[in-house]
Amino acid sequence: MSTHANAADGTDASMFYLAEEHHPENGTLLGFWLYLMSDCLVFACLFATYGVLGASYAGGPGPKELFDLPLVALNTSMLLLSSITYGFAMLEAQRERRVAVLIWLAVTGLFGLAFIGIELTEFAHMIHEGAGPQRSAFLSAFFTLVGTHGLHVSFGIVWLIVLMVQLTRRGLAPEMQRRLACLSLFWHFLDVVWIGVFTFVYLMGVLR
Amino acid sequence: MSTTHDAHGERAIEAHVHGHDHGDGGAAHGTLKGYLTGFALSVILTAIPFWIVMGDVFRSPQTAMLVVLIFAFAQIFVHMVYFLHMNTSSEGGWNMLALIFTAVLVVITLSGSLWVMYHMNANMVPAPATHDMREMP
Repeated sequence: MSTHANAADGTDASMFYLAEEHHPENGTLLGFWLYLMSDCLVFACLFATYGVLGASYAGGPGPKELFDLPLVALNTSMLLLSSITYGFAMLEAQRERRVAVLIWLAVTGLFGLAFIGIELTEFAHMIHEGAGPQRSAFLSAFFTLVGTHGLHVSFGIVWLIVLMVQLTRRGLAPEMQRRLACLSLFWHFLDVVWIGVFTFVYLMGVLR
Repeated sequence: MSTTHDAHGERAIEAHVHGHDHGDGGAAHGTLKGYLTGFALSVILTAIPFWIVMGDVFRSPQTAMLVVLIFAFAQIFVHMVYFLHMNTSSEGGWNMLALIFTAVLVVITLSGSLWVMYHMNANMVPAPATHDMREMP
């Protein structure tokens, strides 16, 4: 009878412990989501700025002369591929397969680097042609918006590398699962912002 | 998860390591099928607008812009559901509430800026000045 009561107590304690653990986990992901929403507002302001200034060329080159749509399509596919490979990393993390997680994270990082590389090539090409950010209000707004997104992706890659180092040291502990989930939100969120960029800036810029 | 003898062990590990994710409104997990569906839809929803613009499919640019915008909204929705795992129950609904609030602010910021600045441009600045600005070398 007494052992039974003890066992019941033990279960209760562990349940209570799990319930305690539950809160910070949810709190982190909700808090991170709120951060992403505030980041969304930053991008909304930059999109609005671009929307207002996007037609002020000051006699300089416009989107039709500057934008290379096949290159943008390639860049878009890089980011989309990195999104799905990060998804595969998350699935492997759920299955507790550390090596597979590391491999998929590395693939994601390489796609991210390819994206940044292509974007920097595009920027360098534009600046070389005399279409730098100081040329017109359109180009200032363009470089600010697309550059801010590129900066986010760069920091995402830094975060990804840090997580890979931590994974090799700690394995898939609960806190690592939580960090991977946060970066997953960040990475997919950047892909969502990129949908806005390639539609609003590149495709509609060429149509304008 | 597929084989029976594995499933038991894995469930035990899962219950131990992140049992707290399951049940009452925790963060939603993705599935392979979900990610692949999202990816396939995204590829289609990206390829069509690029084809519309690069292939000059529509005669009027206004129609093309509208169609491209609709595809963008559809793709954002697909990403939200399949990649960001948004649903009304994740984090007890607070995720969705924050998203709706942000979406309202984004719409106000974008439409408000464009609307106000368009009329500032059209009504406040003398016509010759705007003409000069646009023709300036």
